[in-house]
Amino acid sequence: MKNFLIATTIFLITSKAKAQIDPELLRNPQTKTDSVRMNMDAVYSRPFMQLGKLPVALGGYIEANYQYLNENGVSEGHQFQMRRLTFFVSSTISKRIKFLTEIEFEDGTKEINIEFASVDLEIVPLLNLRGGVVMNPIGAFNQNHDGPKWEFVDRPIAATQMLPATWSNVGFGIYGKKYNKNWVYGYELYLTNGFDDKIISNSENRTFLPATKMNRDRFEESFNGIPLFTGKVAIKNRKIGELGISYMGGVYNKFRDEGITLDKKRKLNVFAVDFNSTLPRLNTVITGEWAWVNVDMPDNYTEQFGRKQQGGFVDFVQPVVKRPMFGFEQAVLNAALRVEYVDWNKGTFKSTGGNIADDLFSLVPAISWRPTPQTVFRINYRYNWQHDLLGNPPSHLAAFQVGFSTYF
Amino acid sequence: MYVLFEQGNMEKIPIRIACVLLVLITGIAACDKLMPGVPADDSILDGPVEGLSPEQSAQFIRGDFAFNDEIFTPETGLGPLFVATSCGTCHAGDGKGHPFTTLTRFGQKDSTGNQFLGHGGPQLQQRAIINYQPESLPEGATFSRFTPPANTGLGFLNAVSDADLLALADPDDADGDGISGRPNWIHVPAYIQPKPGSITRANKYIGRFGKKAAAHDLLHQTVLAYNQDIGICSSYEPYDTYHHQEIDPEISNQTVLDVVAYLAMLKAPIQRDPQHPEVQAGKKIFIDLGCGKCHTPELKTGTSPIAALSQKTFAPYSDLLMHDMGPDLDDGYTEGSAATAEWRTPPLWGLGLSKKAQGGQYFLLHDGRAQSIETAITAHGGEAAASRSAFIALDATSKARLLKFLESL
Ligand code: HEC
Ligand code: HEC
Repeated sequence: MKNFLIATTIFLITSKAKAQIDPELLRNPQTKTDSVRMNMDAVYSRPFMQLGKLPVALGGYIEANYQYLNENGVSEGHQFQMRRLTFFVSSTISKRIKFLTEIEFEDGTKEINIEFASVDLEIVPLLNLRGGVVMNPIGAFNQNHDGPKWEFVDRPIAATQMLPATWSNVGFGIYGKKYNKNWVYGYELYLTNGFDDKIISNSENRTFLPATKMNRDRFEESFNGIPLFTGKVAIKNRKIGELGISYMGGVYNKFRDEGITLDKKRKLNVFAVDFNSTLPRLNTVITGEWAWVNVDMPDNYTEQFGRKQQGGFVDFVQPVVKRPMFGFEQAVLNAALRVEYVDWNKGTFKSTGGNIADDLFSLVPAISWRPTPQTVFRINYRYNWQHDLLGNPPSHLAAFQVGFSTYF
Repeated sequence: MYVLFEQGNMEKIPIRIACVLLVLITGIAACDKLMPGVPADDSILDGPVEGLSPEQSAQFIRGDFAFNDEIFTPETGLGPLFVATSCGTCHAGDGKGHPFTTLTRFGQKDSTGNQFLGHGGPQLQQRAIINYQPESLPEGATFSRFTPPANTGLGFLNAVSDADLLALADPDDADGDGISGRPNWIHVPAYIQPKPGSITRANKYIGRFGKKAAAHDLLHQTVLAYNQDIGICSSYEPYDTYHHQEIDPEISNQTVLDVVAYLAMLKAPIQRDPQHPEVQAGKKIFIDLGCGKCHTPELKTGTSPIAALSQKTFAPYSDLLMHDMGPDLDDGYTEGSAATAEWRTPPLWGLGLSKKAQGGQYFLLHDGRAQSIETAITAHGGEAAASRSAFIALDATSKARLLKFLESL
């Protein structure tokens, strides 16, 4: 476990080295302060740096970690991972027209994705137009996924392995907000390209929404010509917290090809609820999301692929020490816990009436240290219990992860 | 270079906290208790035999991957008709299967062969890829359902000599004990190279794998499984089950051979608590009831190209022969030259671990109809009628001992 110590030390040192950059060169433009920020504002509520007087602002974040993973007593040893390097560029074209793009390199350069690239036009605060590559507002994590915002090295399993975060598509839509004293109401409605039949025919051997992301053509061509609808309403109280309800639905199969009808239109529906709140006095931050998926499949299609799925996560983050540390004025040390669950196949076997399992439960206790709000060092321990389709004794996976994520 | 803690900002408490945390976490990381342990060898069915060469181990790992992790999709050749998408789906953890993965075979009543080959026979593919219609049972076809068997210790079974098997057979019940037992004589496809010492009868070879012992060896079984169960054609079996046309191979010969080697090198299940007095007493009852006349307690291998399997004595509790099991187990369907009431004695090794692969419940006998060991025994008939009656007549203690023995296997 010596490597563990070394890794941690390196992280600590590099963090100090960062402070070396002359902060006068780039300045941090004031972000809007009038508004109460909601999950839907996440793309713009990021730290950007502005170069002199140019109307272009730059930003980004990086996520890297060390991990030691053990599955059923077998480990692949010590791993260092460069999970993500993301760049944002935003520009204010005019007072009420702005552009932002987010480009992400995952696992080194294994995946390069345009996660977001759209132009926003504000007509009135209650009505904005957005078009380009947008992030579908299903749940909250999909839009609010930046590494430095979370106390955990891994993204929530239900958000990435059941829901397809980060899920972005070409399309357009409208959104808006309304303020009323302590309350804010927001809505978002989008039409975008959607899913394809990979979701029920893939090498994951389960209904798997993220399988559509393998389709590289989806940014230029809809699989079946039917737009995917995504809509969300959210309500936030400055003192209590935020609650969002979202729906995403569309047709996923190629029901017609070259004018020939192949099948009926088969629908996919996703419902999600998300919330976040900070408990008074204790200052415990609770963030959670739960989603339900249902997919219309031919009756005789293999039960290996679930007709229904559900899953979600709840994060508890408790600030333990909040005081200047090592010269960082706003340093915070947190204790955190993530509880997560996914059932990829909700249902019963036709042959026996018994439960179809294919589920996972996971606990992730964590300690995180934030020298500044924009940088987080995190130490996680993960334990997963995962059942196969038949519900045989679970496979056990445990992991130690030490990592950091920071905006730059 | 930087000093970690700048002067003036030195605040002892946070540093202490950080240090304590660091030590704590390092300590936790070092602590194996927080990491899942390796399951005991006798608690799982998968894993290799001992004594493999590095080259054999590497092939075992490749075969393991192809068997368990290679999930077929339409892009990689799945279907169009299939029953499951990978070997491991039906043989989870190399254990027995579940009704969800049960196969249906149909169309053959006697040694004259399958009469339904032009109607989708011998195997029903009840699943299909998107936009294709799966098969349904043709009218008038008799059928049998086959629940997947465990795949352990197959290399040992494969390495028993034909002569040894024939020595166990007693086709005309010459010893008058009511138990005959004979091999299923089958035609083998051209790609099979029978091993040295193979015995033939009218150009037919002994079948030893499958519920009806209709597969000659592991290559035969594997090639058919890819083709019939997953819809994957190979150069060995190039005919697609949907179009009945010869198509390009969808899997390399190398992968097929890796899987065959993997199956051959899987360890034999390890009995738990063999010395326990109850288990010992149970084993004696097993022999006394005549169960061992079919469920042969011990066999030995001949010479095998895999040294770890050569000249080994092992305990499968099977004679790999066909026995008439009476009308209740007669589905009116058969394969090779066997009669419809005949079934190959299934090895009983690994029996106690079956539940861990079958979703927490037993599904025993060829079609999974028996949900406990006891019901499996009481369903025996035909040649095993006397054994069954003797089992039913047992007092409760003896019955419990016999079951304890069977569960220890
Ligand atoms: C749809 C489920 C299913 C799939 C997929 C499947 N099997 Fe099987 N397997 C079975 C059943 C059922 C049997 C019993 C068949 C018989 O009696 O002929 C069996 C029998 C076997 C046997 C013989 C075991 C014995 O004790 O006689 C072997 C070996 C085997 N399978 C290997 C494989 C391999 C290799 C694959 C992948 C290429 C595979 N199976 C895929 C269901 C399946
Ligand atoms: C005449 C030969 C014969 C005798 C004697 C016999 N069995 Fe069997 N046994 C078989 C055959 C053949 C099957 C498979 C039948 C089927 O699948 O339908 C079987 C199946 C079983 C099974 C279910 C195994 C499985 O994997 O599904 C158990 C358990 C079993 N026997 C135990 C016993 C016990 C205990 C005795 C003694 C009381 C006994 N058998 C006597 C031939 C025999």
